[in-house]
Amino acid sequence: MKCILLFVAAFFFQAAFAKGVYQTPDAFLNQVFGGNIPPLSSVWLTKDKKEVISRFLQHKPSFIRVKYWRNGLKTVWILNEVGKEKPITVGIVIESGKIQQLKVLTFRESRGWEVKHTFFTRQFDNVGINQEQQLDKHIDGISGATLSVRALKKTARIALYLEQQL
Amino acid sequence: MRNGIKKSGSLALLLGVLATPQASALTLEDLAKRLDALEAKNKQLIQENSQLREAVAITNDKVEAAVIATESIADSTSGIQKLADWADKTTIGGYGELHYNNLSGKGGASDKDAIDFHRFVLFFGHEFTDDIRFFSELELEHSIAGDGKNGEVELEQAYIDFDLNDNHTARAGLFLLPVGIINETHEPPTFYGTERNPIEKNIIPATWWAAGAGAHGELGAGFSYDAYVHSGLNVDDSFSVRGGRQKVSKAKANDPAATARLKYTGIPGLELAVSAQHQQNMGQGLVAGLESGNLIETHAIWSTGPFTLKALYAAWNIDGSAVEAAGADKQEGFYIEPSYRLSEKFGLFARFNQWDNKAGSNSGAAKDSEKEQWDVGVNYWPHEDVVIKADYQYQNNDNGEEQNGLNIGLGYQF
Repeated sequence: MKCILLFVAAFFFQAAFAKGVYQTPDAFLNQVFGGNIPPLSSVWLTKDKKEVISRFLQHKPSFIRVKYWRNGLKTVWILNEVGKEKPITVGIVIESGKIQQLKVLTFRESRGWEVKHTFFTRQFDNVGINQEQQLDKHIDGISGATLSVRALKKTARIALYLEQQL
Repeated sequence: MRNGIKKSGSLALLLGVLATPQASALTLEDLAKRLDALEAKNKQLIQENSQLREAVAITNDKVEAAVIATESIADSTSGIQKLADWADKTTIGGYGELHYNNLSGKGGASDKDAIDFHRFVLFFGHEFTDDIRFFSELELEHSIAGDGKNGEVELEQAYIDFDLNDNHTARAGLFLLPVGIINETHEPPTFYGTERNPIEKNIIPATWWAAGAGAHGELGAGFSYDAYVHSGLNVDDSFSVRGGRQKVSKAKANDPAATARLKYTGIPGLELAVSAQHQQNMGQGLVAGLESGNLIETHAIWSTGPFTLKALYAAWNIDGSAVEAAGADKQEGFYIEPSYRLSEKFGLFARFNQWDNKAGSNSGAAKDSEKEQWDVGVNYWPHEDVVIKADYQYQNNDNGEEQNGLNIGLGYQF
């Protein structure tokens, strides 16, 4: 009986964070910059940039600027993109044109949860973009999480492209 | 003091200029006037510069405020959902597929030369709170429904999910059963072939839904589960599993069923899953000689680079003297499907399917019941959510009744 109660307690009451939030943007920035967060900067979406990003997204972006933080060669980007229904918040660290880390900060979708795990996101390590502005490495998908995988690949392309433009 | 130095310097310069013949006509008074005018102009420019700086700062504040306001609107809503606050919690989606079949029948099988808007589907979802969500799928099959028409209007999903925590969700209502590859994910751009594969039509009767309750969630390390108790099949004395779907339409509920699935997706590109289902009575106690049934389904999907390999096996084991006599106590099938993505827009596939709805015997009506089908074809995605498909099917059935030919399809999702 005690075992059953313990199981039920573990099943129902293991939530420790706000729903779907795995790391806040502030905590992510603190971790990346060792507590010394550089000032916030923005890239404004000019007509040219908007066209390129629309091509990546296959729809028009809902934002008119992208926020980033820069320290030397390292930049950190926080982006949102909808998978199927809800925006997924992604933190991306880029150095010298290559992704150092991609992390799902908030996942709000009801399917495709696999993308939040490091076994999936570590595929983005050391990925850049080629001349066609495609990711220069194949990212293996996850069956049943196609739209979430697609959203993460799009955020990676946007961050790499904008970092090139700085 | 600084101005005084500047003035002295300027006067010295002007005195130097006075020594030149061209400037000899200028008097000191003229020069002083010009200097005064320059000073006044300079003062005015300094003042204007200060005003401009203040204006730029104010404009920056305004832009920042406008951007924050715009972003907050964009973050909270998108597309049509911007219409109203309640709509922020409501989602709309859908998919559809138009099929053209040009098949030649032989061995007694009929020809099929038809064009059909096979499925037109709309999704509606609503988030009551962060933890309670509704989802539904309403489908019109074959364009026109009604008495004497080919089509049907079907409610294929209408359930409520209750998040128990980040990893576990309870579900109740009318939902798709967690069996096979396409039963839950069957939007046309997500699979190859105009028509769905015959194993997930004749052995797993996709699209297969039931009413009931249960839970799904993550177990960690890439494992997830689903477990439900739900309404059962109502198979008649033809013992067709597909024909036994009650579609939750005044369904007989004498004997329930239960389905569980364990899935592993812990390695990118790999999915391994096994589902088991128990039907307490396949005929709801209404067919003599037909009793309980068990379904086992397992599949694997492996994607690496442009290659994907899918393989699925499903088998029924049904109890009862009448079903055994008909050879339908065992119904099983499998398919294997390699595919290659030539580019973002093009993909090629081949699929071998083999199935038998009367595998329990090889005599009488169950003789020569095994069927085989090859499919080879291409998918073209002009947009990631739009697909055009073309494939050729070739059957090799033991009873000699075969339909071979071309299928062409157009599909979309949003």
